[in-house]
Amino acid sequence: MGKRIGLEVSLSAAEAVKMANVDCIAAYPITPQTHIVEHLSELVNDGELDAEFIPVESEHSAMSVSAGASAVGARAFTCTSSQGLSLMNEIVHIVASMRLPVVMILANRSMSGPISIWNDHTDVMSIRDCGWIQVFANNGQEVFDHVLFGYKVAESQGVMLPLIINIDGFILTHVIEPIEFWEKEQVEQYLPDFEPIHTLHPDRPVTMGGVGMPYVFSEAKVAQDEPLKQSKSVIISAWKELGDIVGRYYSPIETYRSGDAETLFITQGSYGETVSLVVDELRDEGKSVGLVMDRLWRPFPFDEFREATGQTRNLIIIDRAISYGGQGGPLAIDIRSALYKEKNQPNITNFICGLAGRDVTIDDFKNIYHKAMQKVKKHPREEDFEYYGVRGK
Amino acid sequence: MEIVESTNVYAYKLITKKDYFAPGHRACQGCAEALAVRLVAKALGRNVIVASATGCMEIISSPMPFTSWRVPWIHVAFENAAAVASGAEAGMKVLMRKGRVPKRKITFLAMAGDGGTSDIGVQALSGALERGHDFIYICYDNEAYMNTGIQRSSSTPYGASTTTSPAGKVIPGQITWKKNMPEIAVAHNIPYVATACPSYPIDLVEKVNKAARVKGPAYIHILSVCPTGWRLAPELSIRAGRLAVETGVFPLYEVEYGRYRFTEEYLKIQGRFRHLSEEMIDTIQKRVVEEYEKLEKKIKMTEGD
Repeated sequence: MGKRIGLEVSLSAAEAVKMANVDCIAAYPITPQTHIVEHLSELVNDGELDAEFIPVESEHSAMSVSAGASAVGARAFTCTSSQGLSLMNEIVHIVASMRLPVVMILANRSMSGPISIWNDHTDVMSIRDCGWIQVFANNGQEVFDHVLFGYKVAESQGVMLPLIINIDGFILTHVIEPIEFWEKEQVEQYLPDFEPIHTLHPDRPVTMGGVGMPYVFSEAKVAQDEPLKQSKSVIISAWKELGDIVGRYYSPIETYRSGDAETLFITQGSYGETVSLVVDELRDEGKSVGLVMDRLWRPFPFDEFREATGQTRNLIIIDRAISYGGQGGPLAIDIRSALYKEKNQPNITNFICGLAGRDVTIDDFKNIYHKAMQKVKKHPREEDFEYYGVRGK
Repeated sequence: MEIVESTNVYAYKLITKKDYFAPGHRACQGCAEALAVRLVAKALGRNVIVASATGCMEIISSPMPFTSWRVPWIHVAFENAAAVASGAEAGMKVLMRKGRVPKRKITFLAMAGDGGTSDIGVQALSGALERGHDFIYICYDNEAYMNTGIQRSSSTPYGASTTTSPAGKVIPGQITWKKNMPEIAVAHNIPYVATACPSYPIDLVEKVNKAARVKGPAYIHILSVCPTGWRLAPELSIRAGRLAVETGVFPLYEVEYGRYRFTEEYLKIQGRFRHLSEEMIDTIQKRVVEEYEKLEKKIKMTEGD
């Protein structure tokens, strides 16, 4: 077992990047991602990590440099938040289509405007359909573990897709948590060197990123979606292997006191831990409540959700992003879709809350629970959603 | 340019017959940009990795599943050729340092058109030049967004009629002067900047070779005549490039300069300038002389440096 130390989650994420022996780090500063790349530049400048640190002039170039580095066979890392993600958006999509296994930490922050530096999931949801594997971390330890997991999955020969690790800005990036480091031998056992199928090298000339005329474009896109869908088995076995080495087992969704629950909260990211406390308190009050935390966002774990929620009477889906003009938050939309063909469909209530860092406390979640119970009593099949805690609503 | 002219007949001996930019691509007849790309590829040989911006040269050379590239080549997007080349250069450097790729000399080439360089790509280019990556950046300047249909760029010359700076009844075409991109590159204090034109193939090849030998960033700005966009007969491409240089409209610096002689002929053979009044031609003439004199002064100032 590795040593366990109290460390800011951002710093421990950078330490995990170092343990992954990354070759190339290209990043542009944006709050709340900064501590991660600051610490990485320290590690490089102190000679603790042999990598090229490229302080690019924009996030667009951060992703472009990462693409170039990955294309020659270097293990590439970058890190950003909200507006930075928007600026690199174009290249985020291209990197997936070119099957370049870049790993990116997204320190989740609200999308402007109004401009805000605080946390929600509006940034990642804006690139939901970018073709990357996407996971959410609940806590600092998961961030650390998923950096190593990220490269293992992304670089698997049958996958070769980029991967995003979502970590809640400030709520996770700026807090000190106990982090169990891996031993060097454990990393070596878990994460092999990056062995890409094709690289740019004069001895084996290849053309990357050619024009997709209409007669090849659809085939190219399906050839991109298939490995993303099929990556789930690689993801699950990479989690199993991780568990066998460091003793922490992960799965696409995580359940808490959900087996017999009549009502299930569904969360993404760091809210899961808060809601687990809410579940305990509501259970103490005699309520039949449980929790499902979504860890894997893309490929979406449809089967796991069906299995975990199919027998439940009520779902309370917590979204932290808006699908403007749509039917609730992005997570609720996908879950409704997953349950469409189920015989015993649960009542679904959807709350959008915690936008741009507004606190959602244990009492708030309890309040959400009671609101949800009233809603389903009045209108069981109501599929509306609610912005929770908004003044004037 | 006497040297070039007098060695014209021997050009086939001075430039390799090997082509790394293969024939069969889809460029227009008389495309001097494709010719420039071919010459650059000849000059750099096989030990190169090319990062191309979106644009004419990208679409004509890489329609999947075909490719004209016999050297490793990557295209990611429009504005980021300099950044992609930065990543390839940095990635290869660290892989060689860590012993995962055998050490050898590889040239990194980023290439883009004038839009991809002086407009949308200028930020990524400036960043890459400032960071000092060991690479060559080549701007193939055909003076407008030809790939999307001849829209004006900041590199379109004063007076030129394009689809977004049409010769109208009130506004006579492009009303701004061509952005001086080579000077912007020079301002980054990089080791090597040159201008070239495929109408002077030996000069061009020599400059590319020199850029490859330089340690650090090198910038070459190549005037690439576009018969389609310049409203010019395809067989006049080479001649138009010659005239651009000889008249001083596009001075070649660093190696040699064309005999300074501005004639209306350069403008007259191009449909895009056909509408110009004598007065506008005079204005252009004046500006060209001014720019050329400035350049001469700079050359004198830095002589013996």
